[in-house]
Amino acid sequence: MTTGTLSAPLVVEFPFTRSLGPVQSAFLTGLRERTVLGVRTTDGTVLVPPVEYDPATAEELRELVQVAETGTVTTWAWNPRPTGKHPLGRPFAWVLVRLDGAGSSLLHVLDAPSAAAVSTGMRVRVRWAAERTGAITDIACFEPYDGAPGDAPEEHSGDFADAVSLVTLPARLDYTYSPGRAQTAHLRALAERRIVGERCPECRKVYVPPRGACPTCGVPTGERVEVGPKGTVTTYCVVNIKAKGLDIEVPYVYAHIALDGAGLALHGRLAGIPYDQVRMGMRVEPVWKEGQRWPDHYRPAGEPDADYDTYKELV
Amino acid sequence: MREVAIVAFGQSDHVPDSAAVSEVEMLMPVLNDVLGRAALKAGEIDFVCSGSSDYLAGRAFSFTMALDGVGAWPPVAESHVEMDGAWALYEAWVKLLTGEADTALVYSYGKSSPGDLREVLTRQLDPYYMAPLWPDSVALAALQAQALLDAGVTDERALAGVAARSRTDAAANPHAQLRGEHPMGEHVVAPLRRGDCPPIGDGAAAVLLAAGDSARRLCDRPAWIRGIDHRIEAHALGVRDLTDSPSTRLAAERAGAFERPVDTAELHAPFTSQEIVLRRALRLGDEVTINPSGGALAANPMMAAGLIRLGEAAARIQRGASRRALAHATSGPCLQQNLVAVLEGE
Repeated sequence: MTTGTLSAPLVVEFPFTRSLGPVQSAFLTGLRERTVLGVRTTDGTVLVPPVEYDPATAEELRELVQVAETGTVTTWAWNPRPTGKHPLGRPFAWVLVRLDGAGSSLLHVLDAPSAAAVSTGMRVRVRWAAERTGAITDIACFEPYDGAPGDAPEEHSGDFADAVSLVTLPARLDYTYSPGRAQTAHLRALAERRIVGERCPECRKVYVPPRGACPTCGVPTGERVEVGPKGTVTTYCVVNIKAKGLDIEVPYVYAHIALDGAGLALHGRLAGIPYDQVRMGMRVEPVWKEGQRWPDHYRPAGEPDADYDTYKELV
Repeated sequence: MREVAIVAFGQSDHVPDSAAVSEVEMLMPVLNDVLGRAALKAGEIDFVCSGSSDYLAGRAFSFTMALDGVGAWPPVAESHVEMDGAWALYEAWVKLLTGEADTALVYSYGKSSPGDLREVLTRQLDPYYMAPLWPDSVALAALQAQALLDAGVTDERALAGVAARSRTDAAANPHAQLRGEHPMGEHVVAPLRRGDCPPIGDGAAAVLLAAGDSARRLCDRPAWIRGIDHRIEAHALGVRDLTDSPSTRLAAERAGAFERPVDTAELHAPFTSQEIVLRRALRLGDEVTINPSGGALAANPMMAAGLIRLGEAAARIQRGASRRALAHATSGPCLQQNLVAVLEGE
C-alpha cells in the first residue's frame, strides 16, 4: 500500500460580474476614452481614483473632475519578479502616483529600466493600453516624463456614450489540495475497493467518510475500521430531473445507505431495481466499475429487508 | 461592566507545509491543549467563536469542518469571522460582557501552504481599481516601507535590527517557524528584503476567555482584559498617510493603553517596517519589551497571528513576566485595520 499524503491540483476561478455605480462607471469609462476623472470631496480635495463616499465624512460624492495624465510618484517599490498576472512582464516598479490636480494617489505600475531609474518625486505620465475596455488596466502603466505639468483640473459631467456599467473581473488561483490524514486513508482504501472509516474513542461511533474528529465529542478519531461492503437503505428519494452532464436516465433513486458497521449513512445511487420498488430497510451492495475510484452505484444484495429497529438511529 | 480575562492559550507549531493534516486535524491538538489547561471539555463552553478564511486553502466552508473539533453536536452557540482570530476574540469578549456566557473558546487557523499566499491576498483588495493589477502583500508593504525611508523615519539598518531581534528572541519560542538569526537576503520587493518579510506557513491558535469568578476558578492568574478596541482606515492606499497608523492610536486610546505605561507589547507587525509604524503610533519607548515571542516575523500563520499576540501577552502575565501588557492585531494591506487590547494581572 502506498504511503504519504495525497495531493492534487485545485484551480479556483471566480469571474465576478460587478455593477459599478455612477462614480466608478464614469472613471472606468473615462479610462476607455483616455480621460482620467477624479471626484471632489466635501473639503475640495480631488480623489483619484474617485470614490462614491467621502473617506472622512461619509458624504455622497458626485462632483467629477478631469485631471491630468501626468503626475508625481509619492512612493514606489521595485518588483524584480513579475508573475504573469502583473500588468508588465518585465521587472517594474509599483508606484503610488499623484496625478497633477489630484490630492490623493493612484496605485499602478511604472515601466522603468531599473530600480536606479526610480525615485520618489519623479515625474511620470500615463501610457495608455492599445485596446481599452473600461478597466484600470486601460492604463497600461506609467512611464517617466520630463515635460510640462498637465492642465489644471476641470469640471466634468462624467457622461460618455456607451458607458460601462458592469465589469467582469476574472480571477484564478491555483492550489495544491491535500485532504489530510483521515481522508487520505479513506481515499487510498477506496482505490482498493474498500470503504474505511474512523471510530471515535469516546462514543465509539464510526464515521464514514472520516474527517479526523468526532463532532459530538470534539476529540480526534484514529482507529480505522473497514465497513460494509453491504448496507441498508435508511431513506431515499426519486429523482425526476435530469442533471446537466450526467448520463443517467430519470427517474432514478438516490438513497442514504448505512454500510454495515458505520455510525452514519452516506449517499449513493440505487440501480438494478425499478424505482417504485425501492424500500427503506432494503439491503444493498456496491457496484464498482473499472477505472472509477468509488462505487458507481448500489444494487439489491438479495437479502431479506433489515428490521426498522436495526437502523432507526441512522435515519 | 463585567471583568473578562484570558485564562488559557495554546498554539500549534507553525510550519511551512502541513499537507499531512487537514484543518481540523491541525486544530484539534491545540483545542485539547487549551481546554486541558482549564480542565474543561468541549461541550462545557458557553460560546465558541472562530476566525479563518476559505481563500487560503481554496476550500469552501472549511470552518464548518473545523467545527467538528469543538464537538458541535448537539448544537453549540457558535460564531465565525472571516478575519484574524483577534476579532473573533473581540466578539467573544462582547458576548461575555452581555452576561449570556461565562466562558468562550476562541480559535483560528490558517493553512497558506496549498496556495500562493501573495496572490491569494490580492483578492481582499478593491476589485475595481486594485485587484486587477495583482499587487501582492509584499509589494504593498514595500510601498509603505519606502514611504518611511523617504520620510527619514527609519533606515535599512534599523529594519534589519527589528528582524534580528525578532528571530533571536524566537529562539526561545518552540512554536516559531523562524528561530534564531537569519540573513536579510535579497530584495523580495525593494526596499523589503527576505528578512524584512514574515515566513509563510500554517498554524492554529486558541484562547479561552472567562468572566469574573469563572476566570478565577479556571486559572490561578487570569490575564484581565482592561480594554480592547479596533478601528479601521480607508481602503484606498492613496488617501492614507502610510507612515502613520491613526487607527492603531485611536484603538489604543479607547482601550486605555495610554493611561499607564505597559511593560510589554506584542505587536502584529508582519513586516519590519510595520513595527516602526506601530511603535510610533503607540508611543512605545525602549523600556518596553517588544515581541518577546519573536512576533509575526518569526511565525505568521494567517488568521491566527493576531490572536497569538493576545495569547502571548496573556501567557506572559500568567507567568508573572509582565504586569501590564499591550497586544495588537492587524488586518488588511499596510496596517489598514488594527485592534489593541490592554491586559493586566490581578
